[in-house]
Amino acid sequence: MTRPSRGQPRSVPVAAFALAAVAALFFVLPLAGLIWRAPWAAVGRELGAREVRQALRLSLVCSLWATALSLALGVPLAWVLARASFPGRRLVRALTTLPMVLPPVVGGVALLLAFGRRGLVGQYLDQWFGVRLPFTTAGAVLAETFVAMPFLVITAEAGFRSANRRFEEAARTLGARPWTVFRRVTLPLVAPSLAAGAVLCWARALGEFGATITFAGNFPGTTQTTPLKVYLLLESRPDAAIVLSLVLLGVSLAVLVGLRQRWLGSA
Amino acid sequence: MTAPTHPAHLQADVALALGDLALDVSLDLPLGATIALLGPNGAGKTTLLRALAGLQPLDAGRVVLDGLVLEDTAAGVRLAPEQRPIGVLFQDYLLFPHLSALENVAFGLRCRGVARTEARRRALAWLDRVGLGDRAGARPRALSGGQAQRVALARALATDPQLLLLDEPLSALDAATRLEVRRELRRHLASFPGVRLLVTHDPLEAIALADTLVVLEHGRVVQAGTAADVSARPRSRYVAELVGVNLYRGAGGQGTVALAGGAALHSPAAATPGDVFALVHPRAVSLHRRAPEGTPRNVWKGVAGSLDLEGERVRVRVAGPIPIVAEVTPAAVAELALADGGEVWVSVKAAEVEVYPA
Repeated sequence: MTRPSRGQPRSVPVAAFALAAVAALFFVLPLAGLIWRAPWAAVGRELGAREVRQALRLSLVCSLWATALSLALGVPLAWVLARASFPGRRLVRALTTLPMVLPPVVGGVALLLAFGRRGLVGQYLDQWFGVRLPFTTAGAVLAETFVAMPFLVITAEAGFRSANRRFEEAARTLGARPWTVFRRVTLPLVAPSLAAGAVLCWARALGEFGATITFAGNFPGTTQTTPLKVYLLLESRPDAAIVLSLVLLGVSLAVLVGLRQRWLGSA
Repeated sequence: MTAPTHPAHLQADVALALGDLALDVSLDLPLGATIALLGPNGAGKTTLLRALAGLQPLDAGRVVLDGLVLEDTAAGVRLAPEQRPIGVLFQDYLLFPHLSALENVAFGLRCRGVARTEARRRALAWLDRVGLGDRAGARPRALSGGQAQRVALARALATDPQLLLLDEPLSALDAATRLEVRRELRRHLASFPGVRLLVTHDPLEAIALADTLVVLEHGRVVQAGTAADVSARPRSRYVAELVGVNLYRGAGGQGTVALAGGAALHSPAAATPGDVFALVHPRAVSLHRRAPEGTPRNVWKGVAGSLDLEGERVRVRVAGPIPIVAEVTPAAVAELALADGGEVWVSVKAAEVEVYPA
């Protein structure tokens, strides 16, 4: 089965190469199609359209809010998961990472049942505070946070776990209280993990579709983020849909390149 | 709380169990002296250090530093590490990698409420004292091992602790820098007025840096004293091996020390009955191919084992009723053909067997 090739013994059978090539093509062809069909001459005009700019701006705002919310809540969660030991910790971790494998549309339904006007929590938010989340921009942020935060949590938790805790002990012998230790030693040590997690989280939030459309609806200017706009435009103005898709593709590629040290470094 | 008759010092009764280790130690350490805690790996040295620093809670015991109760399990008192006036020099220094040398040294001052500019000024003064004023802006990874050690020392001392704990301070350095850093460290230790406790498994380091040795084995203090005391009268196999002498334990009385297993060593010093140590210097051991004639009272037949060259002498391990190490000249090795092993006669003059109570 194996034979030497250019002086090196070949250990992978030819059939595997063929199948691998098919797999690679399977990933490359859709992107090639997108680029091939792109109306390059019209890119500027399409991006200049009011409704397109509106969707892009809304996406940027929602995804940044979702990332901020994920950082504010996800970092403490990751810290607790990495450092504290309490009954049910494994269950909590499983539940927090569930959205990564849950169909987003199911997440949207679940959010409706929790935060909808008649939802578990939502009815009180409405009655007591007059806060209604579904079909609002805040709802879109919530949906994106729900789906994207797990990416931050698992990355940050891994960071907290791998940080050398003896640095924290050294800080304490120097007179640092636990909060100071966290702020001045632990956080800087895990900063690269947090940054990577935040970027992943943001990219996921930017591309969120299913949970957003289910929970927040599809209202231009309020909840119609770029992925929703792409889906809608595909019917009416395919050129605009392609241009917006190119923008999202560009962002994804930039994230991948930005994080290459982390995931593609040694491969 | 402490009686005023006691000058400032560290008084520690520490009992704690951690894995296989059962630590049970009482220490009373004076000011202005360096005490070395010497012991084999796993003896509990580092655990004791961590317990004093507050990083490892005691199961039972009391630690008082200069009248301040750091921990008292009976009274339910336990100060957090950050509340203890203690500086620690860690084995691998643990300089914060994201801070400059200056910021590392200033860290403790900032945590203790010193204003930023004042903290930086004092940190820089400390870096100057350890000869690294010009490396203030360097990150730890840009420092050499010796420099990192000095920054770590400056960081530990900058907060004016009353107790300085040093965990194997030279072990992370290569042999060439170790000598220089050791001399330097000795100088800085001498200028530190508080209690200094050094942990090491290297007897040379202990003797070079400390005034008093405390030998810790299996979580207990087996011996304490000056280097000269400890090496003259080892009280454990570990210390005897460090010093390079043969040590036996047995029942003394009537001119002999009866060892476990039936063998006995004769010595005029073994006059009083009781549990005793018998010490035989390897140089006092003679080897022969034939049964020796004459005065030695201690003669037995053994089997020559491994040879080690030590300086200009050769150390020969001889198995037998009393296992012993003999130190002979290379000429004797050749003459007796010791390299071939085989049976040899061992003789030790009775007067060469030192005996002291266990």
